[in-house]
Amino acid sequence: MTAKMLVVDPDRCIGCGLCEMACSFQHTGEFSRTRSRIKAFRWEKTCDAVPLVCYQCEDAPCIKVCGVAGAIGRHKETGAVVINPDLCIGCRLCMFNCPYGAIDFDAVSGRLIKCDLCGGDPECVKYCSVKAITYTEPVKAGEFLKAMEASKLREQSKGPAAAAR
Amino acid sequence: MPYGYTGKVLKVDLSTGKIAEEALNFEWARKFIGGKGLGARYLWDLVKPGTDPLSPDNAFMVWTGPVTGTFAPSSSKYCVVTKGPETGLYLDSHAGGIFGVELKFAGYDGLIVTGKAKSPVYLFIEDGHTEIRDAKALWGKSAHEAEDALHADLGESVAVMAIGQAGEQLVKYACISASYYRQHGRGGAGAVMGSKNLKAIAVRGTGSVRVAYPEEFKKACWEAMIKDTLENPEAQFGIKWGSPSLMWYTNETGTFPAYNFSDGVFAGAPKIDANVILKMTTKRHACYSCPVGCGNYVEVQTGPYADTKVEGPEYETIFALGSNCGVDDINAIVHANYLCDFYGLDTISTGDCIAWAMELFERGILTEKDTDGVHLVFGNGEAMVQMVHKIAKREGLGDVLAEGLKRAAAQIGRGSERYAVTIKGMELPAYEPKGSISMALSYATSDRGGCHLRSWPIGPEVLGAFWLGAEPVKLERWSPENKAKVVAEQQHQYAAKFSMEICDFDCWNNERLTAMLWPATGFEEYKDVKEFEKAGERITNLTWLFNLREGMKWEDVATLPPRMTEDPLKSGPTAGHVVPPEHFAQMLADYCRIRGWDEKGVPTKEKLEELGLADLSLERKEA
Repeated sequence: MTAKMLVVDPDRCIGCGLCEMACSFQHTGEFSRTRSRIKAFRWEKTCDAVPLVCYQCEDAPCIKVCGVAGAIGRHKETGAVVINPDLCIGCRLCMFNCPYGAIDFDAVSGRLIKCDLCGGDPECVKYCSVKAITYTEPVKAGEFLKAMEASKLREQSKGPAAAAR
Repeated sequence: MPYGYTGKVLKVDLSTGKIAEEALNFEWARKFIGGKGLGARYLWDLVKPGTDPLSPDNAFMVWTGPVTGTFAPSSSKYCVVTKGPETGLYLDSHAGGIFGVELKFAGYDGLIVTGKAKSPVYLFIEDGHTEIRDAKALWGKSAHEAEDALHADLGESVAVMAIGQAGEQLVKYACISASYYRQHGRGGAGAVMGSKNLKAIAVRGTGSVRVAYPEEFKKACWEAMIKDTLENPEAQFGIKWGSPSLMWYTNETGTFPAYNFSDGVFAGAPKIDANVILKMTTKRHACYSCPVGCGNYVEVQTGPYADTKVEGPEYETIFALGSNCGVDDINAIVHANYLCDFYGLDTISTGDCIAWAMELFERGILTEKDTDGVHLVFGNGEAMVQMVHKIAKREGLGDVLAEGLKRAAAQIGRGSERYAVTIKGMELPAYEPKGSISMALSYATSDRGGCHLRSWPIGPEVLGAFWLGAEPVKLERWSPENKAKVVAEQQHQYAAKFSMEICDFDCWNNERLTAMLWPATGFEEYKDVKEFEKAGERITNLTWLFNLREGMKWEDVATLPPRMTEDPLKSGPTAGHVVPPEHFAQMLADYCRIRGWDEKGVPTKEKLEELGLADLSLERKEA
């Protein structure tokens, strides 16, 4: 598959949560941390933050486990795993079977919600001022993740990490 | 559900245990926007003149803004509004982080706490459900330990504000620590919580915020984020270094106070500057909805304070616990900063009180007998750290300093009053008025005492930057001309912006602020930027009226500490300068005229009518 994917770099994330606000606004027209498809977890004491996204698995457990034909499928162009709210019955099996916690139950609509890559133009990426979330071809994503890992090993060999700026 | 606001206010009476919701007063919301302005209007009705700030009759409030909980850049600010124990006057104190956002998503624009609990309690607010819970086990613990305990009990995702030992001990400048490193610092709001036996507030919300005109709102927020922050060269200092970068400019221009405001430059500056802090920084952190992310999480690597970890120190802290105490040991500054957050002390007032005690010690007014053997001289970082412990625990001299400079000077006497640098009872921040005379006017006319966050005229006067969106005026640095105009206009901007609850480190443009405000709220009058500025003027007059009603005297406004008018700066580009009393008097006279106040600072009837505040003037005592 050549469709782009979301790649997150927790070391860059400053926890501003603008991704959550942009996501919920795009999908619901209102601002809500709970109704956002992306989650920016913040640990205030240690100033850590980690954005969590859906990885749009090739062999997606949510699609396999869903008992309603066509309720969860794959978008042809973007490759995103998408939930059809008209068919979804709100049973939450997909939520419990996602290995990454990427699916939420939306109490407002009574349906399950997840990242749909905004049809190929993800809002979260636009609002991320520190480029902790990028939208990248899988080949480049692999390189990027390797580079991240390499720089961590390099820093470890050189003492305390410099600030990620 | 209304737009921008949630439309609900939570009221908790700790004396009776009664918890109630009431509808937000939308007439007030329109006139006073939110945050500071709305808080001030509610305070006017809730707190009777002459109320002891530390009595059950004082109200302790938390207010959010109409764009809090959206992607308006830097909109997670929120404030505490109360009658301040340090000044006995109006007090608001703002912080960022996540608490305000969670309060709004929990369903409330504001929280009003009155009364006093019989024993220590904390509030737990979750999606419209509120409980007053026992906090006996948390009493005596630091703000950080209290927050740890509440996260352990209620989960990582609750937002917490808490006081430490300093607030419990009613230290007059006790702060509230929220999300560990976000402080409601100035004015002693932590002591108000302590006086109510209220240790902490924890909040979690899963609700949402809607805006009236989504497309217009989105466009305005996007433009503000791109143009005011990400593509704005001035904002890059905040992004790369955070507030400590300011020191390069103030120290170079002789406006960085040192040695209890006796100098305007600090020789040790290169050892405590933004680059030094950047080297200690291991993580960058942002308040919610903020693309700037100015927070530096630093770690001390070596020496006696090794393993100290804290977000900070900010510019004000490297002044108060650094240059003002003559301390150029960054590790000692970081550690003292950590202790202030931990115990719940305002770093500015704490540092200023210690700096003053250091001067008294060097002058022989205090001796080692008074300090329990601490060699309290300028530059002694270890002594400074010891004093922070003593103030928080009210031990020995710390018990005296815990009362703030004004009361401490009255208690110690022996000529110590001469060196106490305070305006209306609040210790001064990090812009030296002797090098920037407009700051003298700024501090004198600030509604909460000596504070730099009501106007910042040093920007256009000395630093040549941050005109904050209004028409540029050519300012002659050492002349009193035009200074009052700048201070008054900036006060309007700040008051309106802090009512909207946008951070002062972002969005310095009134057009862009209004472009976000009207589509968020649907209040179409704010399409006109003049209405926004008028709201700022209204709020400025309201807080001033509150102070007049409390008996604020014109002498309190028109008298500067003698250090400002009589003790010339010692070195650097501003050596020899004082605030000339005649310049100060002229700026004040100009200010009253521009404001439409009489010569003693009392708003005229016409001005109050113009601002829609005529209903408040009748209740006011004559000053």
